[in-house]
Amino acid sequence: MSNSVILIKYGEIHLKGLNRPFFENMLVKNVKRALTDFGNAEVIKGEGRLYVKGIIPEQIKNALDKLGKVFGIVSMSVAEEIDKDMEAIKAAALKQAKEAYLEGKKTFKVESRRSDKTFPYKSPDISREVGGYILENLQGIKVDVHFPDVTINVEIREKAYVYCDNVLGPGGMPVGTSGKAMLLISGGIDSPVAGYMTAKRGVELSAVHFFSYPYTSQRAKEKVEDLCRILSEYVGRIKTYMVPFTEIQQTIYENCPSDQLTILNRRFMMRIAQRLAQKERCKALVTGESIGQVASQTLDSLSVTQASVDMLVIRPLIAFDKIEIMDLAQKIGTYETSILPYEDCCTLFLPRHPVTKPKLELIERSESKLDIKSLEQQAIDEAEMVIFDSTKRV
Amino acid sequence: MREIYLDNSATTCALPEVVDVIRECLTCKYGNPSSLHQKGLEAEKILRYARSTVAESICAKEKNIVFTASGTEANNLAIQGIARAYVRAGKHLITTSIEHPSVLNTFKALEEEGFDASYLNVNSEGVIDIEDLKAAIRKDTILVSIMYVNNEVGSILPVINIGDILKKSGHKIYFHVDAVQAYGKLPMADLMEYADLVTLSAHKIHGPKGIAALYVSDGTRLKAIIHGGGQERGLRSGTENVPGAAGFAAAIKAINEGDALHLKDLKSMLAKGITDALPNAVINGPIPEEGAPHILNVSFKGIRGEVLLHALEREGIYVSTGSACSSKRQKVSHVLKAMNLSNALCESAIRFSLSVFNDEEDIKYTVDVLKRIVPELMRFSGR
Repeated sequence: MSNSVILIKYGEIHLKGLNRPFFENMLVKNVKRALTDFGNAEVIKGEGRLYVKGIIPEQIKNALDKLGKVFGIVSMSVAEEIDKDMEAIKAAALKQAKEAYLEGKKTFKVESRRSDKTFPYKSPDISREVGGYILENLQGIKVDVHFPDVTINVEIREKAYVYCDNVLGPGGMPVGTSGKAMLLISGGIDSPVAGYMTAKRGVELSAVHFFSYPYTSQRAKEKVEDLCRILSEYVGRIKTYMVPFTEIQQTIYENCPSDQLTILNRRFMMRIAQRLAQKERCKALVTGESIGQVASQTLDSLSVTQASVDMLVIRPLIAFDKIEIMDLAQKIGTYETSILPYEDCCTLFLPRHPVTKPKLELIERSESKLDIKSLEQQAIDEAEMVIFDSTKRV
Repeated sequence: MREIYLDNSATTCALPEVVDVIRECLTCKYGNPSSLHQKGLEAEKILRYARSTVAESICAKEKNIVFTASGTEANNLAIQGIARAYVRAGKHLITTSIEHPSVLNTFKALEEEGFDASYLNVNSEGVIDIEDLKAAIRKDTILVSIMYVNNEVGSILPVINIGDILKKSGHKIYFHVDAVQAYGKLPMADLMEYADLVTLSAHKIHGPKGIAALYVSDGTRLKAIIHGGGQERGLRSGTENVPGAAGFAAAIKAINEGDALHLKDLKSMLAKGITDALPNAVINGPIPEEGAPHILNVSFKGIRGEVLLHALEREGIYVSTGSACSSKRQKVSHVLKAMNLSNALCESAIRFSLSVFNDEEDIKYTVDVLKRIVPELMRFSGR
């Protein structure tokens, strides 16, 4: 099919009233971005649909893979684009019915939609005409309007489109339509998934990672970079701050009770993340926390951590089981990277028996012994900023 | 920043003359030795020269040298090759518990196939008891594979002694020596009287990666593990790595008699500098005077090896650890474990491995840096 187009359907955007053009334009931008590698791809906005033209047939599967990572897309179909001529439509439909039949699909139905009301046939008439034509010309195939093996779709819009396959997209909303948030990314399994889920609701991401050289290796940092790269296939450009954390950990270690180390560390991380978030005009922080997973994620600990910042903290995984998170990580492709066995800074200076029910009062008393402001400032000053963008070649 | 590379047992920097011959082989004399034309002949000559250079360096003959792609492959060929060729004579194999993974894991694989293996224990200095070997030998023993120098702690195994015992045993037992760490540093000539198979590698002596050699004595039959066009007398098919072999030869030519002595002096200086200045430092393995001249393994008690490694790296000093720690899995070195070292010592072990390109300045700088950062890191050692 040299006149193949990819028909993109988007869902929720319809509901957004007067904001609709804003959402649609963002989706178009993101689709174009995802198709950077496909030189001749052309994205056209139609009535409630996007059309991608100009992709050579051998590349269509690749393009569908890329589009499968664009939030806001509900489904995609590879359609044949033809003139709004009944004979041409019939021929195209028959060709696709034949292909389906050869693949073992024995029953079919035709579904038609006509948004161009100047077309002389009404939708049910189109379906009847096309269905009849297929029955006449394809021996063996039968109609089943309730549970067909294959549905042949005919859409009359700017042009006529005929397609049968429907590939599911990731759903959600176009990234960039819901503001920006700062993801705390550790290199573990959870945080990339938390980032993915937040971005799925249209939120653009920046990220912050804390490392403790020489207690963590350069490879641990590279692992986080790899994770950001994978995330950026969904999210687009991600600005990531790599913040040195050794000094802070050492200072806490020397001055505070050992059972509070983890919670104190986390509060430092949240505060630094918040400051970077403000700088980046992020409206929220995102973490991979889930209730009860570790000592620092009990409700008590989460409350004490939360109390260190004013900003909204999004915890998409809060009620997820580890297994569910792992399944998601596998689905989005971060799992293999996350399980590489390099030390991340959270596992260092680990107290043997961390508090599971920290008291804010006691924690704050410990913090009063530290020069929090200058420790944070130093870490921020020494932070390194890296930009990840899957469309840019490294 | 000054760069001091003290991880020469992992690999070494290639010499300029090595790089030159490799470039020449890749860009000008790039023929396939099997080709009939002039270009092929030219390449064949280079390969022959390389083979004879390797042979000479260990007092062997050209026909006894088989080139392989790595020390690992040479070890595999030796061990699997003997096991499969002499399976009718017996199914018992002997090695030590401190071998390189390419030996240990080949043994494990053969065990799964029904071979029987004995692993000799070592003492706290990383050396086997010769009586243990005598006791392990059985009527159906066909192969003993023992390393000349241990790569982690630098212990020298009594290979001549072992060879002698095997020679005097009632039946033929093939003797393979993994000499990758010894080659270029310890004398090889005496060993050749006893060994049937010897593994050598180029990239540990400032040659290129991707080339190694297996010495195969006359009368030793091996069953090939890689099949193809019959190169290397059918023992290792595949177009010969002519550039690699040429680079290997160039590296061998650069070895000087005085190298080992120079290394030994540096090592003594390093050992003394560390133990004099740092009370928490413990030398693992043989005493410095007795081990291989280029390997020194030290535990800095209270500091995890990996942490010290990264701290040294920040000062431009590159070393390796005895164990790779990670948050969930702790992989403690099988060698240090076999030497019965406490977990605390295993986790804090660092290996310094020297090359002839290191000088006294390097050692002095390293000791100075250690003096500075070790006490600093001690402040944050585990509670």
